[in-house]
Amino acid sequence: MSALIEVKGLDKAFGGVHAVEGVSFSVEAGQVYSVIGPNGAGKTTLFNLISGLYTPTKGEIRLKGESTAKLEPNELAERGMCRTFQQMQICMNMSAIENVMLGRHLKLRSNLFTTLFRLPALLRDEKSCRERAAELMEFVGCGEYLDTDASAMSYGALKRLEIARALAADPKVILLDEPAAGLNAVETAALEKLIRKIADQGTTVMLVEHDMKLVMGISDRLLVLNYGRVLAEGTPEEIRNNPDVIAAYLGG
Amino acid sequence: MLNRFMQMRLRDLVILAVILFALPLFLNNPFHYDLATQMAIIAATVVGLNLLVGFAGQISLGHAGFFGLGAYFTGIMTSNYGWSSVPALVVGAILVGIVAWIVGRPILRLKGHYLSMATLAVGFIIAIILNNERALTGGPDGMPVPAFTVFGWELSPFGSYNLLGMELNGSEAWYLFAAVVLLVAVWLAQNLIDSPIGRALRSVHGSEVAARVVGVDTARYKSLVFVVSAIYASAMGSLYAHFQGFITPAVAGFDFSILFITMVVLGGMGSTMGVILGAVVLKLLPQVLADFQELETVMFGAILMLTMIFMPKGLLPTIQTAVGKRMKKKAGGQA
Repeated sequence: MSALIEVKGLDKAFGGVHAVEGVSFSVEAGQVYSVIGPNGAGKTTLFNLISGLYTPTKGEIRLKGESTAKLEPNELAERGMCRTFQQMQICMNMSAIENVMLGRHLKLRSNLFTTLFRLPALLRDEKSCRERAAELMEFVGCGEYLDTDASAMSYGALKRLEIARALAADPKVILLDEPAAGLNAVETAALEKLIRKIADQGTTVMLVEHDMKLVMGISDRLLVLNYGRVLAEGTPEEIRNNPDVIAAYLGG
Repeated sequence: MLNRFMQMRLRDLVILAVILFALPLFLNNPFHYDLATQMAIIAATVVGLNLLVGFAGQISLGHAGFFGLGAYFTGIMTSNYGWSSVPALVVGAILVGIVAWIVGRPILRLKGHYLSMATLAVGFIIAIILNNERALTGGPDGMPVPAFTVFGWELSPFGSYNLLGMELNGSEAWYLFAAVVLLVAVWLAQNLIDSPIGRALRSVHGSEVAARVVGVDTARYKSLVFVVSAIYASAMGSLYAHFQGFITPAVAGFDFSILFITMVVLGGMGSTMGVILGAVVLKLLPQVLADFQELETVMFGAILMLTMIFMPKGLLPTIQTAVGKRMKKKAGGQA
């Protein structure tokens, strides 16, 4: 069977700057796959390429064998890819649970007619959607915020809310961009548990993260980027003992 | 009990209905009724525009174009071709919806000022066409529109009617009709907002990139809400034409477009009740300020500027926040 995500010779240039250059790797279904590297190494750019927000300058990305070159982010979501952002993207004009319900957008069968006249089909759909969203908020640990306005929630709670929204679409693969950034030690420990729970349910997790303890603990494989290029790729054990990585990143 | 009422989904609709049906107690003559009827029709238009501007965060400075198309389609079909009012309104609204979809697809890819300019141009083009197609529209001189008719029954400002034993003159009957139309318009808008489609629309405003990565086809939803708001405008334009009995290309003009958008911004973007208040205030102000004669326009402008400076979220949201704070204070004092 081919890998869930295959990246081959990926290149992204902004003007003369190569943010990502000649990157190749593949992620098997069910793995926790982390991307690490110093600031400016191209990690977020890589995520933006995989999730379809950027178009590659060169190279190709395959999701379940299908090239994603011509697909919009919403079409990738239809194929089971969801993500969170380093700079959180929460709809502040909505309540917490509405943000998660938005994540279930693709699962809902409603049209303009049932909506305008609020027919029973819509109400049933909405009820189950709300229940599932509440369940997910409980799962990520912000169940107490259901009808709170998103704008009134704390940073840590919003980070978890964004994960709940990504999970609401029942994704095959979820991309988490620095989920631990700005969290304290207790919150980070809770996050680690949450990522494990997500992985245990069979969802593939791709992670960009700076917290080495977190990354080394939960990843099946790691990709180390430096100046947009692959420095090393392998299991946490291999990465820890890789002399290039030690020199460039872990600081010897 | 009051608390439970305040939590109700259709609370706003109930309050609006009470206000609308209590209002005749304060209306003394046909002029008052005419003004109130105009307000209701324009408020319903603005409720539709608010779906686009307030909820989906996309601007339109040409919405009077769609309002005017609806008005003229009704005018031409009912007076020149003998159509009845309802089919003219419905077919007009469908055609305007199609026009909005065709022009909306390309221009809604634009953002901010560029979108403003494009929609402004759409409004201008429609106004120019209405001005120049003299054979159909009567050009700048305008055209008469017959009274509103349903199944041979005629609603004219000059008629007299009997509703459940109440004697109504034409102005009163028109007011009640417009009030019911406004309630339906608000009900439909609220249903749309409080739904998966509504969430998708609001997410386009809240974070377009978040909407896209969870699978919302944002381009499609922008077009959809543009079409819905254009249909609102067209249907209300049709009613306006019947009510006025005479229309000129001014109904599709720049001034009207700006008036609509000002009502939305002044009343409170994203607040259905707010934009209705905006419509009422902007229709009422010129009447109140008429005493100032040549200073009227200056006063009008000054009031708008001051409101926008001190109440940037719009009238109703600002008032609601203030009242909410006070009630919290009171509750805190008791506890």
